[in-house]
Amino acid sequence: MGMGKNKNTAFSDALGKDANIEMLKRERRANNAWNKLRRNKIAMIGLFVILLMALMAVFAPVLAPYLPNEINPGQAYLPFGSPGHLFGTDDLGRDLLSRIIYGGRISLIVAVGATFVGAALGILLGLTAGYFGGWIDSLIMRIMDGMFSFPFILLAMILITVIGNGVLNVTFAIGIANVPSFARVVRGQVHIVKREEYCNAGKVIGVSNVRQLFLHILPNTMSQIIVYATLRVADAIISEAFLSFLGLGIALPTASWGSILKTGRECLTTAPHVATIGGIFILITVLGFNLLGDGIRDIMDPKMKQ
Amino acid sequence: MSEVLLKVENLKTYFYQASGVSKAVDGVSFSLNEGETMGIVGESGSGKSVTSSSIMRLLPARTGRIVDGTILFQDTDIRALNKKEILSFRGNDFAMIFQNPMTSLDPVFKVGRQMTEMILAHRKISKKEAWDIAVDALRQVGIPEPEKRMNAYPHELSGGMCQRVIIAMAVCSNPRLIIADEPTTALDVTVQAQVLELLRELQRKNGTSILLITHNLGVVWEMCDTVMVMYAGKTVEYAACRDLYANPLHPYTWGLLDSMPKLSSDSKKELAAIPGVPPDLRLTGTCCNFYNRCPYCTEQCKTSVPPLRELEPGHFVACHRQSDAERLERGGASDGK
Amino acid sequence: MLKIIIRRCIQMVPTLLVVVTLTFFLTRMLPGDPALAILGPEAEADEIELLRQEMGLDRSLPEQYVSYIADVCKGDFGTSYSYHQPVLSLIISRIPNTLLLTLTALIFSLILGVGAGVLAATRQNTVIDYLISVIALLGVSMPVFWLGLMLILQFSVEMNLLPVMGMGSMEKGLWDVISHMILPGFVLAVIPMGTFARTTRSSMIDVLGSDSIRCLRARGIRESRVIWIHGLKNALPPIVTVFGLQLAGTFAGAIVTEGIFSWPGMGTVINTAINNRDYSLIQGAVLFIAISFVFCNMLVDVCYMLLNPKVDFENGGH
Repeated sequence: MGMGKNKNTAFSDALGKDANIEMLKRERRANNAWNKLRRNKIAMIGLFVILLMALMAVFAPVLAPYLPNEINPGQAYLPFGSPGHLFGTDDLGRDLLSRIIYGGRISLIVAVGATFVGAALGILLGLTAGYFGGWIDSLIMRIMDGMFSFPFILLAMILITVIGNGVLNVTFAIGIANVPSFARVVRGQVHIVKREEYCNAGKVIGVSNVRQLFLHILPNTMSQIIVYATLRVADAIISEAFLSFLGLGIALPTASWGSILKTGRECLTTAPHVATIGGIFILITVLGFNLLGDGIRDIMDPKMKQ
Repeated sequence: MSEVLLKVENLKTYFYQASGVSKAVDGVSFSLNEGETMGIVGESGSGKSVTSSSIMRLLPARTGRIVDGTILFQDTDIRALNKKEILSFRGNDFAMIFQNPMTSLDPVFKVGRQMTEMILAHRKISKKEAWDIAVDALRQVGIPEPEKRMNAYPHELSGGMCQRVIIAMAVCSNPRLIIADEPTTALDVTVQAQVLELLRELQRKNGTSILLITHNLGVVWEMCDTVMVMYAGKTVEYAACRDLYANPLHPYTWGLLDSMPKLSSDSKKELAAIPGVPPDLRLTGTCCNFYNRCPYCTEQCKTSVPPLRELEPGHFVACHRQSDAERLERGGASDGK
Repeated sequence: MLKIIIRRCIQMVPTLLVVVTLTFFLTRMLPGDPALAILGPEAEADEIELLRQEMGLDRSLPEQYVSYIADVCKGDFGTSYSYHQPVLSLIISRIPNTLLLTLTALIFSLILGVGAGVLAATRQNTVIDYLISVIALLGVSMPVFWLGLMLILQFSVEMNLLPVMGMGSMEKGLWDVISHMILPGFVLAVIPMGTFARTTRSSMIDVLGSDSIRCLRARGIRESRVIWIHGLKNALPPIVTVFGLQLAGTFAGAIVTEGIFSWPGMGTVINTAINNRDYSLIQGAVLFIAISFVFCNMLVDVCYMLLNPKVDFENGGH
């Protein structure tokens, strides 16, 4: 076989080995998840927005020019762009910029925390149901179906009425309302992963159930869970805002984006900037999480490659 | 000699991707006579299907484009047709049969609905007449109980049955040219023979020309009058079927023939695979695309593109070392090393 | 077909049981004494005790649970003290208003959303596609109650163009009804519209890249037919699924929107009930909504099966 020597791929000698290797390298780099994400403009815009909001929340005491609850009745209803109060003031003369910055803290903590609560419980239930099947599956999923039959926001409203308001309770209420949807997503994923060959291989060599669940099945469902969780954070921000807006969530005077909107509604005609600015921040942050979620989903989906 | 139906000259179809321009078809020339069958062979990715999509003008709208060459169907320049004009050719003068019959029909519409839809797209007749034509076509292709099949969904039919339905659709419009893109690859061996026989019968009856794309040389010997061998987007050899069988000229064709199992010769002999892989189509264009796998490669092969030359009447080959001045002996060089 | 619908109905029973149970326990867990809430803080202790006995609150929880289920089965959802009428008749009198609003919003958003999605899919990676995608994303990210406030601000406070409170009546003419519906209807339609557009777009892109679409084009079928008849019908299943979710979502959205625009529907009833701690009303309204959800889901499943001839009828679909 005289041709056997020439095993290199296309044109390695004519165009130079380097060009060829360079191309392979480029391809490998392109396939790395983080690099894919970096090239995905949509995801990067989302990530940028989220980071900005997160930094704002973390450094609230440094950034905010006033304390969020500092009342100054003499300077109430100052409009947008007033000297010393960039975003103006609300009905009690509190600096709106400071309230937005501190409020972002609460809103983000509640949203992310609620998603964590929902994800943790949902994953646990979904994994159990999906992996063991049988009556355990039926029992868990019937309960989840039942919970799922309540509109998300209604469930959160009732839970909050039961347990009372406050940051922790709002987090918990939205989190619990999130559980059924997470459980469904995870269970669906487990069913897909379970059919894969390597799971059966694990069973054959006697890997224990718990080990199989957490070491093999969970990591393989993770990408879906991350996408879903990112999108749920967006919803949780809106839910918190709505609950607080109704006066069920974060109670005034504590600033959260929702409670700012509640104030804004009360003085909608005298100081429309309060509601406007508060809502814009919610919208931008929600948009950020949705963009990131979309971006991650695109790069995780092999069908969507460019 | 009968009249030329389809003439393709120096066709170039490129795909514009983020990673570069992929020269999927980069110089393909052939002609197909009326009532004859031409085979296009070559390994996957050699541009066979893109050639047929180019003729049908069915390239993905934003990425694929015909950049050069001519496609003449009788006297019509296919490249110059606008969107509306090409529609009257597709499914009317041209019929296409794809590789996977199970995905070639729309899964959510009944067979009859899809057949009448196609007929009505090209002819001004009533629904009832179209229905009768469709039933008749199904009967012609040997489908039992055609009336019943008209009311079936595609997933209720077997693969072979689906392919018959698709061929029946081609029959309805009485096309001049059938392009069959690997029509039997997805089917069982016994069904394959039936489908090929059906195609041949239709050709005899209607005088249709067939462009048969396949990677199975056995099918080519059986069905085709002429054959074109493609490699990495180019025509490397084009000849009458019996000439190519008796006297192949391009080293790639030799490799292709050697890699085909034969029943007649002694079965102990190992099948010779062509070593190496085809080039990246984004890098071709400055050399003979086969040089890195060719045992007869010279410096010239690495630096210039070999032209397609007619060495014997009707026998074209694109190889620097096959010319009027020089001829290669098949298998010569590889024995020498 | 009938067999599957019957089986789906039987499958609903445990879900409904869970729904009833959850509602019961959640409302039992609400803080405060319902009897006290009804009678007010000045009530005498023996009055309260009497009412508690009347309402069955003195019995044990399991006993209450059983009698509650029995009542629900009989269609007795209790009496609302804040509206002073039976819960069921209150709900039935309010439900048409909510349906009018939600269904109008849903139908408009379905037509516009699917249309926009198809348009974006057929013009993938063009300016039109980007524009539609951005608007759709804005739609799904919108805090609708805030949007409602902003619209009230613009249309009534600043320009005084459209009424922002309550519901019009036919006696004042059709325009009165429609003009009252425009703002709340739009607010309610924003999220479903975005969702339909996004789902349709991605589903259509998948379908338009498929073999069968290529084959249709090869058969010389007009592009408009390929897209709007074949493409869209193939792309429908995910849209139907999302429609089911949105049917539920819009109902939930009504709770949000009705409060802002004082639309006299279920949403307002629930808001009032929660604010006034009207226990039997909360219980009844929540249960009613949850049960309608379960039925909606079943309807969607049945549609799904009708649309997709490949769905395995033996295993009930999915």
